[in-house]
Amino acid sequence: MAGIQLACTFSVMRIQPNAQFDGQPVPEGSGPVAIELSEASVTFGRGDRAVPALSKTSLRIADGEFVALVGPSGCGKSTILRLVSGLMQPTSGVVIVGGREVAARALRVGMAFQNPTMLPWMTIERNIMLPLKIVEPFRSNFRRLRKTEFRDKANALLEQVGLKGFGSRYPWQLSGGMLQRANLCRALIHEPRMLLLDEPFGALDQFTREELWAILQNLWMTHKPTVLLVTHDLREAGFLASRICVMSARPGRILDDSRVAFARPRTVAMTFEPDFVALNQKLRAFIEDARSSAQQGTAS
Amino acid sequence: MMFGIDIRQKAWSAGLIVLFFVAWELFCLMTGMSDLVLPRPSQVFVTLFQRFPVLWPHIVQTLATTMFGFVLGVALGVALGAIIGVSKTAYDTCYPLLIGFSSIPKVAVVPIFVLWFGSGTVPAVLTALSICFFPIVVNIATGLATTEPELEDVLKALGASKFDILWNVGLPRTMPFFFASLKVAISYAFVGAVLSETVASNRGIGNVMMTASSNFNVPLVFAGLFVLAGLGVALYVLFSLIEGRVTGWATRKNDVIAT
Repeated sequence: MAGIQLACTFSVMRIQPNAQFDGQPVPEGSGPVAIELSEASVTFGRGDRAVPALSKTSLRIADGEFVALVGPSGCGKSTILRLVSGLMQPTSGVVIVGGREVAARALRVGMAFQNPTMLPWMTIERNIMLPLKIVEPFRSNFRRLRKTEFRDKANALLEQVGLKGFGSRYPWQLSGGMLQRANLCRALIHEPRMLLLDEPFGALDQFTREELWAILQNLWMTHKPTVLLVTHDLREAGFLASRICVMSARPGRILDDSRVAFARPRTVAMTFEPDFVALNQKLRAFIEDARSSAQQGTAS
Repeated sequence: MMFGIDIRQKAWSAGLIVLFFVAWELFCLMTGMSDLVLPRPSQVFVTLFQRFPVLWPHIVQTLATTMFGFVLGVALGVALGAIIGVSKTAYDTCYPLLIGFSSIPKVAVVPIFVLWFGSGTVPAVLTALSICFFPIVVNIATGLATTEPELEDVLKALGASKFDILWNVGLPRTMPFFFASLKVAISYAFVGAVLSETVASNRGIGNVMMTASSNFNVPLVFAGLFVLAGLGVALYVLFSLIEGRVTGWATRKNDVIAT
């Protein structure tokens, strides 16, 4: 195991920065385009009070990619997630997901936030099955299969995240880390092609977080959904993502787009290797630049 | 362990009640207090027992008006609470008016009801209704309004309709608030009914107490008071039990708001 880790190739490849990024072919080694934002802008409010949250952002994500969005707080990372999930429409520009423009029609993506929001009156198992009550084709069969096939499906996922036997417990009987694992299961139960994660591990302690990185990596490697992960944690981004996009301060733009080519499965030990640290430092420099230029902007 | 502590706690509570009556009895005996001022509890219980056949129809009357007003109050409260809770705008718009209504002392509206409907059962029911519906409105609205925005996003991203969210999340989340408010509302309805009977009725426990007091039948006044206390506690316990049965999940961890 250790030998493989050391032997894995560390390489970080730069893709074009945002200005020329538009219309570029999808990076090699990836499948068809799953998510495409072109010149998408979002402005909150109107007139004098208008606050630009996202400015002319273009981003292409291939099917099955794991993309992390990092950047200073309030830079529009979550706005991108809301655009992609169809919860919000761009003020201008186009967002295409799964070959269709995002409209009122929902995409049935799996989402998970920092707050696990398990319903306290249901067992973990039933909490995880909640999306099946809503999404077709599961919805029409829910009454018939909830005690058999669907329950087995939920328990199979629970086993995969190390929560075997916890299905019949109630949320208040589980720790924060366990609830967050259940949250991941709920986001994946309806076999979405896309998983949108908004700082899912932000509230956890360092060790639990690292444990969950491995679990999420494992889930991604088995189910292969397209993942868009918003995070503040650069190590987390480096550990999990196959591509990291750095965003500028508000209004957000994509400053840098790097491919992370460390071999998988990645381990926590790898995050202390020189190449990994170098990647971290590079990302850090970008974010610090973005922060300081934003502060100068507000000062002038 | 927990069970043992629970039993001991209950024993202490029961002991305190007994002690209260014993102390009262002893106080009256030692000071030679006239039963025109403060009858001994033993006298009150004897009166209660002797006059029970006469009291019974009044008990039924009071309970009936309470329940009738309560049921109407719940129906109105749930409807109003649901409307207010689902929409933020409705919540903000209606709240000041509701606060205005709720802060009127309900004694003050009884004469108005009597003016409109004459004395008797109708004003008692209406007083019970008007006093008990407010906590239900507030609790239903709060329950609906406190659905986590993240969960709503998760479900909306799955294509859930407003109704899906209300049915699977909003309503179940409201249940503990609702049952907590029922417990409070039934006590309020009871207070409202007795209040109205005392002021303007010729039936009900409230009226019995008024009549007895003007005849200086003080033990009977106190007997009426005991009946009221007993009924009030019984109704509260009944709805607490229902609450525990239906929404036991909520009392484990989350604090339930009851106004």
